[in-house]
Amino acid sequence: METQQISQDIGPEGERDTSQQLQAGTNLEDRYLIQGVLGIGGMGAVYRARDLHFPNVIKLVAVKEMVNRALDPVVRSTIVRNFEREANLLASLDHRAIPRIYDYFSLNERSYLVLEYIQGHDLETLLNNTPEFIAEDRVVRWAVELCDVMEFLHNHKPDIIVFRDMKPSNVMINPQDHIVLIDFGIAKQFQVGQKGTMIGTEGYSPPEQYRGEATPLADIYALGATLHHVLTHRDPRLEAPFSFSERPVRQINPNVSPALETVINIALQYNPEDRYQSASEMKDALLGVARETGILSKITLPGKSAPKSGEGLKPVWQFRCEDEIRGSPIYHNGAIYVGCYDNNLYSLDAEHGNFNWKYPTESGIVSKPAIFEDNLIFGSEDHRLHAVYLRTGKVNWTYYTSGPIRSSPSIAEGYIFIGSDDTYMHAVNALTGRHAWRVESGSPIRSTPVVHEDNIYFGTEAGDFYCLDYSGTVKWRFKAKRAITSSPAISKGVVYFGSVDSVLYALDAKSGWVIWRYRFGKPSISTPWIEENLLFTGAVDGVIYCLEASSSREIWRFTTQHQVTGSPIVFNDSVYCGSVDGYLYCLEYRTGRLRWKFQTKGPITGTPTAFGDIVYIGSTDQHLYALLV
Amino acid sequence: MTNIFQKLFNREKPQYISGEVPTVPVTYEKPEDKATITPPKIQLDFPLLNVGCSRSVGLQRDHNEDALFAFTTHLASEESLHAFGLYIVADGMGGHKLGEVASGLAIRTIASYITQRLFLSLLAPKPSPPEESVQEILQGGVQDAHRVIMKEAPGSGTTLTALLILDKQMTIAHVGDSRAYALTPEGSLKVLTRDHSLVMRMMELGQLTSEEASIHPQRNVLYRALGQGEPFLPDINTFPLPESGHIMLCSDGLWGVVSENEIIRLINVSPNPQVACQYLIDAANAAGGPDNISAILIRVPD
Repeated sequence: METQQISQDIGPEGERDTSQQLQAGTNLEDRYLIQGVLGIGGMGAVYRARDLHFPNVIKLVAVKEMVNRALDPVVRSTIVRNFEREANLLASLDHRAIPRIYDYFSLNERSYLVLEYIQGHDLETLLNNTPEFIAEDRVVRWAVELCDVMEFLHNHKPDIIVFRDMKPSNVMINPQDHIVLIDFGIAKQFQVGQKGTMIGTEGYSPPEQYRGEATPLADIYALGATLHHVLTHRDPRLEAPFSFSERPVRQINPNVSPALETVINIALQYNPEDRYQSASEMKDALLGVARETGILSKITLPGKSAPKSGEGLKPVWQFRCEDEIRGSPIYHNGAIYVGCYDNNLYSLDAEHGNFNWKYPTESGIVSKPAIFEDNLIFGSEDHRLHAVYLRTGKVNWTYYTSGPIRSSPSIAEGYIFIGSDDTYMHAVNALTGRHAWRVESGSPIRSTPVVHEDNIYFGTEAGDFYCLDYSGTVKWRFKAKRAITSSPAISKGVVYFGSVDSVLYALDAKSGWVIWRYRFGKPSISTPWIEENLLFTGAVDGVIYCLEASSSREIWRFTTQHQVTGSPIVFNDSVYCGSVDGYLYCLEYRTGRLRWKFQTKGPITGTPTAFGDIVYIGSTDQHLYALLV
Repeated sequence: MTNIFQKLFNREKPQYISGEVPTVPVTYEKPEDKATITPPKIQLDFPLLNVGCSRSVGLQRDHNEDALFAFTTHLASEESLHAFGLYIVADGMGGHKLGEVASGLAIRTIASYITQRLFLSLLAPKPSPPEESVQEILQGGVQDAHRVIMKEAPGSGTTLTALLILDKQMTIAHVGDSRAYALTPEGSLKVLTRDHSLVMRMMELGQLTSEEASIHPQRNVLYRALGQGEPFLPDINTFPLPESGHIMLCSDGLWGVVSENEIIRLINVSPNPQVACQYLIDAANAAGGPDNISAILIRVPD
C-alpha cells in the first residue's frame, strides 16, 4: 500500500511518545491551570482549565492541544505558522454559535488553543444517551441554527470559511438547548504523514471531499448527514460511504415528517449541484418544514402520502369458522387446509373458498398441518396426532401423546416428528401411526421440529435447543436463557431461532456452536424465514426484522402497531407477515417498504401461506382470508 | 429407504460397559445394505485442510508492510472432532515504518485473542463451546487489535482479512482492501469480502467503471482501516466451508496485479497449495511487483 511521506527522515527517533497527556495541576504559560481532560482526539487532548488571570472568580476555559508529529523542521514550522494564522482568523469571528478564542501558543512540539468553555453535551454524547428518537421540532430548531452559523461562515469576508468537519461530536448543545460549533478544521493542519492512503471513517463527508475539495456545499452535505444520524440513530461511520439513500429517514423513524426527509435528501445528493446551493437556501427549506408540520398537524391527517393502505383490498373470498384461527393454513392440490380453535380442521376449495369437509378433534388446533401422501397430518390440543384422508376428511389413524399438541408435524423418510406438551419429541411411522421412539426433553415442546441432513432440531419451553439424529440420540444441546417457542430455520449449515430471552440465535448445525446472536428489544416466538442471504422474523416489540443471515447486520425493520407473534413468509418479492394489531402486512422484501396492509378484525397470530397469486391468512376474527396479490 | 429407517429406529440402545462414559458417536453410521446403497464416499466428519502461504516485498518497495498468519489444526478424539484454522492477511500503511508495526500488531493481537477464547476451549479437559458467539469473539479480537494499534502506532493503519474455519463453517472478519476468495473445483472465483475502498464504493454507486477504477489516482484510498477512526466496525460474515476447492486470502499486491483468470490458472497448476502460492507470488513479481504481496491458499480436498 502506498503512503505519501511528507517528512524525509525516518528513524527510530520517529517513534516518540505522543500519547502523553497533561496531568491535572499542570500550569501552562503561568496562566492556565489544567483541571482535567474533556476529550481525546486524533491530534491530542482537550482539557478543562482555569484561567488564573481572574483570581477572584473561577473562569473556566477549554484548552485544545495539538501535537506536531512532523519530524522535518521545515514542515514543523510551516504547520505552526498555519496554525497561528487560523487561530487569528477564528479569534476575529463573532457569532453566538462559535466559541470565543482567547489565546494560542506553542510549546515544543505542541500547540495550544484557548477557547470559551461551553457547558452542556456534544450531540454525539446526547445521541448515545438517548435511546428513543429525538423529537423532530427540536432537531429542526438545531438544524436552523446550524444553517445560520454556516451561512455566517460561508459569507465571511474577505475569504469564506468552510467548516469542513460537521458531525454530531462537533456540535455542542448548551443548557439553553442552543447549538455551538466546537471544532474548526484547524486541527487538520496537524494531520501530516497520514494523508494519501487513509481517510479513516469520515462517514459524514461528501464524495468530493475525498478529492480534497472543501466547499460550502460539502458543509451542506455533512449537515444533511448529521441530521440523518440524529433522526435515525444510525451512525454513518459504521455504514458504507454515501449510502444514506439506502436507508431513508422515515423507513427507520416513521415519526419524521416527509417534508423534513425531503430536505435531508436534497442536502445529501451525490452531486454538489443537486444540493441546496447555500446554507440560507437550506435554512429557508427547514423553516418551511417547521411551518408546514406545525400547521398540518392541526388540519390534516398524517400519512397523507403513505402507501395505499390496502383498506380497499377486497379478499378473493373469506371463510368463517366458529372460533378463532390461531394456526396457519396449508395449500395442497387445489385445497386449503386450516385448523381452528373450534376444534375442527377445515378443507376448503382454494379458488373459491367453498367448504369441502371438516374433521372434528376434541380440542383446539393451533398449529399448521402437514401432508404425507394422501393424508393430512396435524396435532390438536386433544393430545392427539391425527392422520386424515385429504379427499374425504375421514380418519386414517390417530396417535396419542400425554399432553396438548401445539407443535406442528415435520415429515421425513416416512416418519413424522412432532413435539408435545408432554415434554417428549415423538417419532411416528407416517403410514401406520405407530410409535417409533420418543425422547424426553424436560419441558413442553411447542416449537416445530425441523429435519435437516439426518438430524432433527427443535426448542423447548425450558430454553433448551436439541439436535437429535434419526435414532433419537442427542447429538448436541444448547441452552438459551428463556423458552424457545420459535421454530428453527436452517440454511447453509446454520440453524436460526428466536427465544423468549429476546435473542435471535444462529448456531452451527453440526456442532451447536453459536455463530452470532442478535438482540431484539423483546422476546420472539416467530419462526425465521431465510431467503438468499436475508433472514426475516418478528418479535413481541412489534417489529418485523430483516437481517443479513451471514452477519446479523440489520438490513431494515418495519414497526407494526402491536406484537408480531406470527411468522413472515417471502413470496415473489414481498414479505407477508401478520401482527396482533390485526393487519396482514405486505412489504417489499429488499427495503421493507410497505406495499399494502390488510385489516382483519382480530389479532393475527398465524403465518400466511401463498400459492399462485393468492395469499391465505387466518385471523382470530374467525375468518380465513384469500387475498389476490 | 423405509427399510433402513425401520432398522434404525428399532436399533437397540447401545450397551455401555460400566465405567465407560457414553459419548456422542463420532460418526453417524449408516446401516449396511449393499443391495440398495452405493458405497458411501470415504470421508471424515470434518474437512482436512491443506495450506500454503507466501509473502514477498515485491520489486519496487524496500520494506514489507504485509503480515500474515496461518494456523491449522485437526483434532479428533472421543470427546470432540474438529477442524480449526485461523488465517490472517494484514497490509499496513503509514509512514516511519509504522505500517509494518500496525500489520504485525494486528495479526498477533487477533491470533492471540482467538487462540485464548476459542482454540483453548477445544483443548480443555471438558471441551465446551464458549459463552460468546464465534462472531462476537472475532469482533472482540478485531476491536482489541484496533485499540492496540491506536495506542502503539498512532496514525498508522492496516487492512485485515481474517478467516476462521471451525468444522464446516468459515467466518471472515474484514476491514480494508485485502481480499478473501473462494475457488470452486469447476474454476469459478468468487470474492467473499467487500473492499472498503473509495473506488469500490464509487463503482457500487455507478460513478466509476472497473476500467476507470483500475487507473484511478485514489484507488488506494480506504474508507475503513484497522487503527483508524472511532467508532469502528469490521464486516463479519459466516459462510459454509465449500465441500471442495480453494479459499485464498491475499493483499492487493496480488489481486491488483494478477488477473483473475491467471489466479485461477495458477491455483490449479499444482495440487500442492504451497507450490501454487509461490506461483502466485512469482506472477505478481513478474508483472512488476509494484507492491508487497501476500497470499494464503487453503485447499479443501474432495
